[in-house]
Amino acid sequence: MTTIASLHIGEMGYISEESLNEIPLKLLEMGCLPGAEVELIQLAPLNDPLYICVNGSHLAIRKETAAKIQIIKAQ
Amino acid sequence: MSYKKTINVALIGNPNTGKTSLFNELTGLNQKVGNYPGVTVDKKEGSSKLQSNLKAIITDLPGTYSINPTSLDETIVLKTLLNSKSDKTPDVIVVVADIENLKRNLLLFSQIKDLEIPTVLAINMADQMKRKGITVDIKLLEKELGNEVVLLSIRKDSGKGVEDVKKAIVKTYDTAKAFPLCNVNNRIDPAYFDRLKEINPKYSIYELWLMITQNSFPDKISEEEKQALLTFKNDSKNLKKYQHKETIYRYQKINEILKKTYLVDRSKASDLRAKLDKVFTHKIFGYVLFFTVLLVIFQSIFDWANLPMDLIDTAFANLSSYVNKNMPVGVLNSLISEGIIPGIGGIIIFIPQIAILFLFISLLEETGYMSRVVFLMDKIMRRFGMSGKSIIPLISGTACAIPAVMATRNISGWKERLITILVTPFTTCAARLPVYAIIIALIIPDTKIFGFLNLQGLTLLSLYILGFATAIIAAIILHKTLKVKSTSFFVVEMPDYKLPSLKNVFFDVVEKTKAFIFGAGKIILSISVVLWFLASNGPQSYADVEKNITEKTANQEISEAKLNQMIASSKLENSYIGIMGKSIEPAIKPLGYDWKIGIALISSFAAREVFVGTLATIYSVESDDDDITTIKQRMASEINPETGTKRFNFPVGMSLLVFYAFAMQCMATLAIVKRETKSWKWPLIQFFGMGVLAYICSFIVFQLLS
Repeated sequence: MTTIASLHIGEMGYISEESLNEIPLKLLEMGCLPGAEVELIQLAPLNDPLYICVNGSHLAIRKETAAKIQIIKAQ
Repeated sequence: MSYKKTINVALIGNPNTGKTSLFNELTGLNQKVGNYPGVTVDKKEGSSKLQSNLKAIITDLPGTYSINPTSLDETIVLKTLLNSKSDKTPDVIVVVADIENLKRNLLLFSQIKDLEIPTVLAINMADQMKRKGITVDIKLLEKELGNEVVLLSIRKDSGKGVEDVKKAIVKTYDTAKAFPLCNVNNRIDPAYFDRLKEINPKYSIYELWLMITQNSFPDKISEEEKQALLTFKNDSKNLKKYQHKETIYRYQKINEILKKTYLVDRSKASDLRAKLDKVFTHKIFGYVLFFTVLLVIFQSIFDWANLPMDLIDTAFANLSSYVNKNMPVGVLNSLISEGIIPGIGGIIIFIPQIAILFLFISLLEETGYMSRVVFLMDKIMRRFGMSGKSIIPLISGTACAIPAVMATRNISGWKERLITILVTPFTTCAARLPVYAIIIALIIPDTKIFGFLNLQGLTLLSLYILGFATAIIAAIILHKTLKVKSTSFFVVEMPDYKLPSLKNVFFDVVEKTKAFIFGAGKIILSISVVLWFLASNGPQSYADVEKNITEKTANQEISEAKLNQMIASSKLENSYIGIMGKSIEPAIKPLGYDWKIGIALISSFAAREVFVGTLATIYSVESDDDDITTIKQRMASEINPETGTKRFNFPVGMSLLVFYAFAMQCMATLAIVKRETKSWKWPLIQFFGMGVLAYICSFIVFQLLS
């Protein structure tokens, strides 16, 4: 399963429709929607949390959350 | 000044949009911080003249991304808006948005619109448009949103933008247009929402929907209606699904509107942010930089705060002796010169350190750097059962635990927040410093090791590290043992870097310093007065002191001064506090303390630094010459009658340092913890837990060293 947690720094992907129910409402409200473009900007030491840019919002989220959100990697 | 009319205006917006800047510009110095009834969150209010005959009471609501709350701060926003049928209703809401994150900001705007309250949209940071390659069609946006829209750049040219916002508020108030933007109900399940609306058509559908999803009911709603709403709530199958659908539909609508009105040319965007992030969030440099920043902060606090603190100390000592000499002798004189003035002085003296620390914290938050620290520290802090956001309270704790405990409110996980609250008082607060300083000066030689490291300075540094280390160890233990139900959810916005607004920093520092003065101040002052009473009153033996001493010394040749001091000393011994000190002496003897130190320990529960003042009082009444000696000299010359050696020798000094590092001797903090955790359980655990730890560790230290 490809999720936000499997992105490398600088890589991009699109949030897939399937994970809609896995995305916490709060993240949804901050722009983390199915279909939105997501880029991994930076990883904190031990690869957690993740610093991402999604739908134009720059956010830090924890790995456990990122691992629930499925994406399709952009080529 | 008389206005024909006053209206209520609420400012609402995402964090980092410049909402507070707008508030400061609108209200200037006409602002105050109060409390929301029944909750602990501060309410910022101010007044602003909109027109010659119209005044607005402006409320700055806490920053939030949505009106569905996940933290204590955000709950306020919901509560204020849901109680909108009361007389405290905002007549107009100003939603402050930032041009770069307009899409996300409009989500909150769309929710507010659906509450059917007249709204103004103020889009801030217009000066950034060129740099970010953004163009926006305001006229069309106004039409699409059916709403007044104002572009402003509050930091660059505040005057014009603020006037525009005022005009828009007046216009919106006059027309009082209010209709929903999204009509979410029709898109999700019209039948379901029609049934909801039937419960009370006076409320908008969205209001009723929020009451169920957020389990938050306005005061005015009837019990019957509440029960009807609760049946909807029990249908939890649909609830979560519909909430997701609602958000997605809102974004669809927003995207449609922005497609027509908002354009970003990414090729023009500058990448300053990316460059700075590379350094500030770097796996190694990021930490090096953070610890350097911390060092600079602590160094500056010591350098800058020393002079004003000395001045305050001297000023209050002079004031006290002036009053003492010039007022008629009596109880009132004694109460003012020995109780109230030193009590107030004991509060004021901390202001320099606290203000300087909050100046730095505020600067770091304003620039956007603090979010990077939260990002870097989260994983590490989580190992200790806390959150990356706990780093701010822990740093603030080195000034004063009171604002630090209040700073935990934006930590959304209850367990993470609770642990942070419980361990914060271990960090070395400003009140411990005077105690540390005098004891270190007594027991540690003022020498340099390796030619440059000052041994006294090194000891002080070790005490700081001891404080932090204990906080961490305590957190680990609590993390393993606390069984608290809590879901933690962590998302932090990484705002763009910007130059701090000095006005915001100024207001922030003033506000937090005030929180300290009025939070701790009241308690410190009242305990000071109680202590004064206990020290200047006593049972019959107290009243007899003067007679006994005079009789005993009747045929000795002693000066009047000496006689007075003997009386004062004996009075203290026979006062209530002297009796208390004596009665705890058996318990503190194994730690190396006598009853006089016992008195100082008891009085330290007002605030730790009272220790020094109390010992000064005790020894000053005992010193037998008229030379003015410093507290330090008095303490250094104190002899332990049992051993004939110095009272404040190395083992006793170390034992005291350890005791003050660990013991929870601060009533004001306990009161705040009670308020923030809404129960006596946690402050009591804190008090006894830290007290037992302090006792055991001081016992071990004293017994090992002596």
